[in-house]
Amino acid sequence: MSAIAHQQPIVPERSTLTSRVSDFLWKHPHVLLAILLAPPLLWLGIIYLGSLIALLLQSFFSIDDYSGLINYEFTLATYRQLLNEANFDIIVRTVLMAAIVTLVSAVIAFPIAYYAARYARGKWKVFFYLGVMLPLWSSYLVKIYAWKLILAKEGILTWFLTKLNLLWVLDTWLSLPVIGGNSLSVSYTGTFIVFVYVWMPFMILPIQAALERVPANLIEASSDLGGTPQQTFRHVLFPLALPGIVAGSIFTFSLTLGDYIIPQIIGSSRLFIGQAVYAQQGTAGNIPLAAAFTVVPIVIMGFYLWMARRMGAFDAL
Amino acid sequence: MTAAVLFENVSRHFGAVRAVDAVNLAIAEGEFFAMLGPSGSGKTTCLRLMAGFEQPTSGHIEIFGETAEGVPPYRRSVNTVFQDYALFPHLSILENVAYGLMVKGIGKQERLKAAEDALAMVKLPGYGARRPGQLSGGQRQRVALARALVNKPKVLLLDEPLGALDLKLREQMQEELKSLQKTLGITFVFVTHDQGEALSMADRIAVFNDGRIQQLGTPEEVYKQPKTRFVADFVGSSNVLPPEFVKHLGAANQYASLRPEAITLGGSGDGRLTLDGTVLSRSFLGAANRVLVSVNGTKINVMSPAAASIPAEGEPVRLCFDRADLHLMDAAS
Repeated sequence: MSAIAHQQPIVPERSTLTSRVSDFLWKHPHVLLAILLAPPLLWLGIIYLGSLIALLLQSFFSIDDYSGLINYEFTLATYRQLLNEANFDIIVRTVLMAAIVTLVSAVIAFPIAYYAARYARGKWKVFFYLGVMLPLWSSYLVKIYAWKLILAKEGILTWFLTKLNLLWVLDTWLSLPVIGGNSLSVSYTGTFIVFVYVWMPFMILPIQAALERVPANLIEASSDLGGTPQQTFRHVLFPLALPGIVAGSIFTFSLTLGDYIIPQIIGSSRLFIGQAVYAQQGTAGNIPLAAAFTVVPIVIMGFYLWMARRMGAFDAL
Repeated sequence: MTAAVLFENVSRHFGAVRAVDAVNLAIAEGEFFAMLGPSGSGKTTCLRLMAGFEQPTSGHIEIFGETAEGVPPYRRSVNTVFQDYALFPHLSILENVAYGLMVKGIGKQERLKAAEDALAMVKLPGYGARRPGQLSGGQRQRVALARALVNKPKVLLLDEPLGALDLKLREQMQEELKSLQKTLGITFVFVTHDQGEALSMADRIAVFNDGRIQQLGTPEEVYKQPKTRFVADFVGSSNVLPPEFVKHLGAANQYASLRPEAITLGGSGDGRLTLDGTVLSRSFLGAANRVLVSVNGTKINVMSPAAASIPAEGEPVRLCFDRADLHLMDAAS
């Protein structure tokens, strides 16, 4: 006889507690699902959604201008305040910035993601992931201050362009209205550059994931059927990568909409939504207006997703 | 007459791997040409060289007399039915079929009409609105066929077109492909590892191994007169007899092939060659029995009609065959 006995046709139940629990969960898979899902759902439902609803409620209250106390009566007055010229400017500025940052991020990220998905193998793939992820591991503040040093008037960029005798290019750019300024570090251009830099990984990775799922033979099929590289990009590659681009743009767009640190450190002194929220709920103590400001990105993102869906961005999913 | 596809000394190397090694072939216009071989034999790389997905490391390729090396796939009047169909998942079936016409700038009405007709030709009329994911494997394969044929290619390439289908569907598609090719008169080049498929469908077969063509000929030639041991073994799993054995039978000191179905069990000589052996095993295949016989240690496969009586395992048996069925092969390979 060998040490391993012949198996019985049905192995009897073991009486230990763990095996009984295993048997029970095997017979009732929904119970297992419930156990696994309950903690995150409670977290999401109560802590996250709850606070969001509380925030939404706050935005329908108003503040008494004299006493500074919150008036707990339902009103749309706070939302009307959002449409004040000053406040509305903040919204337009932020949305425009977020849109341009998203667009440019997508344009820069696509070729990088395409290379990583199609051509990078082995060592190069590791190098790609390190290159994309490494900036995420260091502190966000450190990166922004590093950019401040690069973009400042006495900074590296100015020095470098002087050496190349190209300082006039920068000066011409800075002399432009709106996007220009005293130096890059106090202009919208500077804010834009840093936004694009900081959110880039969030755009590259989803596009890369989407492109990796596009089978190589679809590209070959398009080419085989007479599609030039441009046509293949337009009719096959781009539509199939679109869910990834949309996913990436949700990150870059919403992160830009909500950020209040980058424009504070690098940029003109004009406010973005995040800074407005910060100022209203902190120093000004106007929680209802802060809440109303916070609702703006939520509404915009909801509208954006709805549009993306209508345009068929998720058809390939 | 100019060949539809001409390969002159074509090689395609991937680093040290010679995927295709000095291949010469000329496929005639209107021919149904099969490239047969095991996986990694270079047949698919040859197909990809014709489509333009690969460029030759050396050698010369012509398509209808025009130089093809350096020409991108989208400028070749060659269309491919891909092994896993490669249908565009984000487009409807009709848009898939019309894709080739769309990128060529054919108007919407005209191309959708042509696509409808192509779908009708592959017996999928009215399926245009669906998505590839909603079709079965066999239907997807037909769509892939329609998508290629709607472009009226000069050469149609088929990469293991029936590989993913079940037996019944495969047999049906074999016949449909054959009749489609006859009606359209388009040159078909198809890659397969299934020798039965190659034999039944092709006008001519190129048998590939290790990046080289082992034999090029009609199905009959390849089946009955295999040039090399590889061809004999791969096409129809013939018995390959070693030189000493063949010499013993009174022929030259060479490898020879002997078809399993050319051998009968039992009976007397009558001018035929006979061998005495022992039955090792037998298996019932439906229309026939396959019997493995050991003759002095050499194993010989016999295909015997199902009706014939077969000795039990371990019993002695006599094998008879005509001398003419003993086919001598090149000493090489």
